[in-house]
Amino acid sequence: MHEIESLFGGFAVALSWFNLMLMFAGIILGVIIGVLPGLGGANGVAILLPLTFTMAQTPGGQTSAIILLSCIYWGALFGGAITSILFNIPGEPWSVATTFDGYPLAQKGRAGAALTSAFTSSFFGALVGVLLITFLSPIVARFALRFGPPEFFGVYLLTFCAFVGMSKGSPFKTIASMMTGFALAAVGIDTVTGQLRLTFGFTELLKGFDFLIAVIGLFGIGEILLTIEEGLEFKGTQAKLNMKVVLQTWKELPRYWKTSIRAAIVGCLMGIVPGGATPASFMSYGLAKKMSRDGEKFGTGVVEGVVAPETAAHAAGTSALLPMITLGVPGSPTAAVLLGGLLIWGLQPGPLLFTEKADFVWGLIASMYLGNIVGLIVVLTCVPLFAAILRVPFAIIAPVILVICAIGSFTVHDSMFDVWMMLMFGAMGYVFKKLDYPLAPMVLALVLGDNAEDGFRQSMLLSQGNLSIFFSNSLVGTLTALALLLLFWPVISRLIAIARGRAGGAPPTTTTD
Amino acid sequence: MQQEDRDRRAVGSVRLWESVVAVLLMAFGALIAWDSHRIGSTWGDNGPRAGYFPFYVGLFILVSGTAILYSALRMSPEEGREPFVRWGELRMVLTVFVPSIVYVALIDNPWYPLGIYVPSALFIGAFMRYLGRYGWLTVVAVSVGVMVAFFLMFEIWFQVPLPKGPLETALGFG
Repeated sequence: MHEIESLFGGFAVALSWFNLMLMFAGIILGVIIGVLPGLGGANGVAILLPLTFTMAQTPGGQTSAIILLSCIYWGALFGGAITSILFNIPGEPWSVATTFDGYPLAQKGRAGAALTSAFTSSFFGALVGVLLITFLSPIVARFALRFGPPEFFGVYLLTFCAFVGMSKGSPFKTIASMMTGFALAAVGIDTVTGQLRLTFGFTELLKGFDFLIAVIGLFGIGEILLTIEEGLEFKGTQAKLNMKVVLQTWKELPRYWKTSIRAAIVGCLMGIVPGGATPASFMSYGLAKKMSRDGEKFGTGVVEGVVAPETAAHAAGTSALLPMITLGVPGSPTAAVLLGGLLIWGLQPGPLLFTEKADFVWGLIASMYLGNIVGLIVVLTCVPLFAAILRVPFAIIAPVILVICAIGSFTVHDSMFDVWMMLMFGAMGYVFKKLDYPLAPMVLALVLGDNAEDGFRQSMLLSQGNLSIFFSNSLVGTLTALALLLLFWPVISRLIAIARGRAGGAPPTTTTD
Repeated sequence: MQQEDRDRRAVGSVRLWESVVAVLLMAFGALIAWDSHRIGSTWGDNGPRAGYFPFYVGLFILVSGTAILYSALRMSPEEGREPFVRWGELRMVLTVFVPSIVYVALIDNPWYPLGIYVPSALFIGAFMRYLGRYGWLTVVAVSVGVMVAFFLMFEIWFQVPLPKGPLETALGFG
């Protein structure tokens, strides 16, 4: 049980007073970020990332920095549930399914029960996700040590094809968004030849586009513009959360153990695949509705309908970090920002991280356990406080968030050009969101663009330009085949539906988005 | 009544905007592919040249833009005629976006850059005054208070210097 030993080493790292304080600070900041419109997990972490630059240079500081940032992530995950239940505004995409039963529960005056079950299920889901990371990630990392450039490119290909295959809307929009990310990542000096690319003579473009700016613009500014469209007025229900309600709900929760376990499994499986948290929460809600005895009551405000999506979303959100630390492939935009942070601090995520920076990795994993415990305590005790933040009028909150976004963009490279770029990405985010272009693939492509390109070029060098290298052995062959299967999944599933419709005479079931 | 009617009017249909964005994407893809081709998108003496990868990225954007345009033109009339955004909504969006541009221009312009703190306070204050209709006292207290807190946090606690202008210089922080 080498893992247990390493984990205890990790606890020793994470359990310093300074790190515990950072956990509390991170969770509280994260919940605030998750509660506020326009500040989700991804761009909240992006804005606060520059603050860790100096911290990460001190000895052991990289671990403290990742603890702070990952706790912001947990906090944002928890915070999304508060707005969904009290205000019917999903703070994060994966909280949408939580509104189905969470908001009706709150309207029935059972907001306390809804919140408690949401937080507890989130905690359970995250715990299962962390257990998965603890025991599976060393194995994945050891396995990945055998990877060469073609295998790494295969993993990237799989990641991006998964986005196309799992997207709900037009697959071409996913491809367009992703390729725009790759194109923006290519701008600047080519790392291999040192040649200038796509700068069109503008000196400002030499450095290329930073994904942090894109995240702040697309998710932050874009989101605010979308929210203001409706002339925002929060109409929320009051939240009272006392120990009595918490204990009562806790007594009720064990009844839904089957739903919880099913949701956690769905979440973990989907979380490893990129962009999995949102589909996981919907899938888990659908499954619970089908298999529960009170299935027909779903949507009218039942606790089980909150348990299912919340458990799945957190299990997925947590296990999204598994491919990030073991392979260097983030499973969600927020994981992508965390990955970017690691790169900036001088760490190369991937299989070698486990052998070269064992302290850091296990400190991070230990902090996932502790951070979620801290998170559960903080959210259960501070709900009224966080709900009060939402009652601050939009006329104050909106400009303050915009100022924070501007400051965040500036501090990435101390450059005002980046602030202008942030505005541009904001306008782009608004239009793209309105037309249902997914933004996550673009961010992931911006983060991984250089690595994916390097992998591709090195593979091409190995094979002298022959694409068959991506089928040259069973490992890379499987990865490529899986990737292609996912890429063409929209076409394949339609063909299956047509075939079934002809065979059985039943009309083909089309998924409604 | 007249105002309300105007607010409900659509600024372009979904079909129109889908097509506009698709055409822009096609142009963007073509530009990427063209520039990559210019710096060399083929196999050089020692492996793929600088434009090798982005050339295909550009082609992919061009192709998917074309596909999006095609499906936009083939949209059903009901779907295609849906308004992309209504006047009232767009006006709200512009009341946020235009001041944001002015705000960034106040921080950064070649003639009289004000630093980040003073424009931020003005920006928050203007929002509170004109959208929130707060009294002057609240406006000044909140906007100045928030920026003083940010100043302490960035310049003193985290030691991250932000752009400063004439006011900060006069106070001896330049």
